[in-house]
Amino acid sequence: MAAKKMALIATKGTLDMAYPPFILASTAAALGWDVQIFFTFYGLQLLRKSLDDIKISPLANPAMPMPVPMPVMVQMLPGMESMATMMMKNKMKSKGVASLQELRDICLESDVKFVACQMTVDLFEFETSEFIKEVEYGGAATFMEFAGESDVCLYI
Amino acid sequence: MEFNKEFDASGLSCPLPIVRTKKALADMTSGQVLKVIATDPGSGNGLLEHGSERSKFVFFLKKA
Repeated sequence: MAAKKMALIATKGTLDMAYPPFILASTAAALGWDVQIFFTFYGLQLLRKSLDDIKISPLANPAMPMPVPMPVMVQMLPGMESMATMMMKNKMKSKGVASLQELRDICLESDVKFVACQMTVDLFEFETSEFIKEVEYGGAATFMEFAGESDVCLYI
Repeated sequence: MEFNKEFDASGLSCPLPIVRTKKALADMTSGQVLKVIATDPGSGNGLLEHGSERSKFVFFLKKA
């Protein structure tokens, strides 16, 4: 029986939205699926050599649980984004949640294919040298070729 | 149940119990049995037999 296929589109570059594509991809790969992730717009940030700059912002994010209620005027102060990111990362560590780096490494080890959207790389004037070497570059047609044969196809 | 190798995934959250179980199976040979202990209720795939020891899930997987 041919392996099942999953095609993902990763469009977000914040800490919370970086998890779903890497979690699904690493799990599917562990189950023997062929997986391809197409990174476009802010999702390109997930392909940088270092993921240390991936952050979460409490601003305009009313669903984010906070230890104490925090007015928007406080959330917009300098350093709040870094603080929220640090708190989230500490929380994840204490709950046994993998780091983004670890999940991405697992994806790469298990042959998940990473495709970066050439159009948005050019749009944001990124250099391919800023990204990990495993990345391939392509466009919508590249995605359609794989997605057309996929069993699961998600836009994240 | 007899097993050839044990992997303790206690305290790990989704998807680590699954992806690391896969890694643990990688260097085993066909027919060998892996014992996996997990505390994440979302884990569990292709298990031969499982039981609950307190709040832990114990799985036995046989490599195909």
